Amino acid sequence: MAATVTPADVGALEREWTLPDRGTVGIILLMITESSLFTIFVVAYLVYIGRSATGPFPKDVLEVPIVASICLLSSSLTIVLAENALKRNQVGRFKLWWLVTILLGGEFLTATGVEWHHLIYKEGLTISTNLFGTTYYSLVGLHASHVIVGLFFLLLVMLVSLMGFPIQHQERRVKFLSWYWHFVDAIWIVVFTVVYIIGR
Amino acid sequence: MATIDQPLPAKAATMREEFSWSESLYNWVATVDHKRLGLMYVVSALVFLVIAGIMASIIRLQLAFPNNHVIGPDTYNRLFTMHGTTMVFFVGMPMVAGFANYLVPLMIGARDMAFPRLNAFGFWIFLFGGVLLYFSYIGGGGLSGAGSAPDVGWFAYAPLTERAFSRGASTDYWILGIFTAGIGSIASAINVIATAISMRCPGMTLARMPMFVWVMVIDSWLILIAIPPLTAAQIMLAYDRFLGANFFNTQAGGSAVLWQHFFWIFGHPEVYILIFPAFAILSEVIPVFSRKPLFGRPAMVAAVIAIGFISLGVWAHHMFAVGMTAWSNTFFAASSMLVGIPTGIKIFNWTATMFGGKLRMDTPMLYCCGFLFQFLVAGLTGIMLAVSPFDWQLHDSYFNVAHFHFTLIGGLVFGLLVGMYYWYPKVSGRMYNERLGKLSFWLFVIGFNTTFIPQHFLGFLGMPRRIYTYPAARGWETFNLISSIGVIFQIAAVGLFAWNVVYSAIKGKQAGDDPWDAWTLEWASTSPPPEYNFEKLPVVRSSRPLWDLKHPQDPDWKFGQ
Repeated sequence: MAATVTPADVGALEREWTLPDRGTVGIILLMITESSLFTIFVVAYLVYIGRSATGPFPKDVLEVPIVASICLLSSSLTIVLAENALKRNQVGRFKLWWLVTILLGGEFLTATGVEWHHLIYKEGLTISTNLFGTTYYSLVGLHASHVIVGLFFLLLVMLVSLMGFPIQHQERRVKFLSWYWHFVDAIWIVVFTVVYIIGR
Repeated sequence: MATIDQPLPAKAATMREEFSWSESLYNWVATVDHKRLGLMYVVSALVFLVIAGIMASIIRLQLAFPNNHVIGPDTYNRLFTMHGTTMVFFVGMPMVAGFANYLVPLMIGARDMAFPRLNAFGFWIFLFGGVLLYFSYIGGGGLSGAGSAPDVGWFAYAPLTERAFSRGASTDYWILGIFTAGIGSIASAINVIATAISMRCPGMTLARMPMFVWVMVIDSWLILIAIPPLTAAQIMLAYDRFLGANFFNTQAGGSAVLWQHFFWIFGHPEVYILIFPAFAILSEVIPVFSRKPLFGRPAMVAAVIAIGFISLGVWAHHMFAVGMTAWSNTFFAASSMLVGIPTGIKIFNWTATMFGGKLRMDTPMLYCCGFLFQFLVAGLTGIMLAVSPFDWQLHDSYFNVAHFHFTLIGGLVFGLLVGMYYWYPKVSGRMYNERLGKLSFWLFVIGFNTTFIPQHFLGFLGMPRRIYTYPAARGWETFNLISSIGVIFQIAAVGLFAWNVVYSAIKGKQAGDDPWDAWTLEWASTSPPPEYNFEKLPVVRSSRPLWDLKHPQDPDWKFGQ
């Protein structure tokens, strides 16, 4: 700071004083701490690859969920389209892209459910069968639980906007939800790589 | 920036007296005020401190004489587990959160934390975790009726925690209690960082932010990164116990050592999380009582950041005796010794701040001096233990117990006492009794050192940790007896402290807003501060805003501070 500060400077300082938005900081910190949680589950998965004493083994029973992954990743695109529509105050278009996002997320979750049903009832793989089952269900399940939380809030926004709540005033909160959704997608890329590419 | 020009009702404290008993209880339960939440954190931490302190006293009573039978081995296992778990998660962690909550907004000139309701949630979920842990004494038997409180040690090593070896529900209460409290810690850490980044008053740049706030921000970073590994490992353990998963089940190929890695990836940063508040408090108090600015402020910030980084890569020094490869042992020994460099910088800078200063030896400053000596000893034994062959010799011995009690009592508890005496006039509006404060300091110093210095020698003589009794004629009797006698002095010191706090809150003389002639913003508010903290948000031009205010002819900002 310069050596001469007059009261007039103080007034200017007060007016020009801007700091990062607390919500932005909060959501970024949430992502950091969540990443730390996922890291440990990913490490456990990597450590236990090929350590299962008995079958079934990943290469025999796992099928790469290509369609579900495409759905989830493209939902990141549609939520951005929804956000942009909201920025331009086009509420109808926002609702449309928001619905598409929910459907894509729902398709991903359904595909996970079908996959688990297949593994449990056809292949006889449960969380207690072997180390593969233990690490697979806990890592994919941890991610799926985050998808469920995301979908819950996406649905909440959909519901209130359909009920006529002025959602265009909530651009900031919609942005945070969208960031969370991108985060869940990014985590899926890691989980996908670990489970279906490295681990198979 | 919203400022309030109209003067608000002068003191919230006087308004509070108009409420009935039930109304004021409701006000405390429903509050989102950072000061009340901070106080509740500190008070509940003190309650847990007394509980866990009584446990430690019973342990020392049992060990005072060879072949003693005050308590049996099962009770002993539960006592040291609950003592360790309580002290770390329900005394240390809430103290971090409590001090940060009360002081960070005041020091940066804000009216509250960034997320006041999240703050209240964090406190209540933490308290719920503590209740859950202690409920194990009633519900820990579970349906099979075996065991009561957890007895697996505070680090709960697998496979002893697996269903086959730990029947009943006691370990489940350990998992759930700490898991729940961990959520509270993360909520409060997010809040502290967001507050420091987004709520600073005009002119409070990061370079001018008080050292206390800086250290608490870095502490919160460590919480964000280090608590989730424990949470993850506890989820895995819960899967093992409830769903029959195999994470730590060695018979299905699982690894018990993996638990140790995960636990200490959390556990080592955790000890820095616990000691950082002491660093934060000392960095504020030593300058004020030396009448000099903190020596080497940028170096102090850099040292804390360095400790934070290095602490994430030293965890396996807790596992030298497990049988890792020579390269791992070498790496973790070297990285652990590296911590000594930034910590040394801090000790030197505090000493340099005192050097040539006009020292005022009031109770907080006495505790600062006690801290410097004792924490130095703790650091030196720490470097000894970092040498892995030395650790093989003394692993899980009383030398180790003495080392970490020197860091946690000689360091952390002394640091917290500095803070409690220093900010007592601000929080209560009244001055504590200086004579009682000094008396309790000397009692504590004598008691603490009498208890823990002999334990170093017990370690050298081969006494292992976690044994509930020992045979005579091993040369351990004298040191154990001396160690237990020290406890009496410590109890007297804590009793005097408690009496001082309660008595002075009623009968102490009025302290005024700024009894220490200090320099940070919390002393610009009234004592105790009103709910809104500042009538008008302050504007800051240096790292010592109150110095500028008191010395308009010689302000800090003229010298580029």
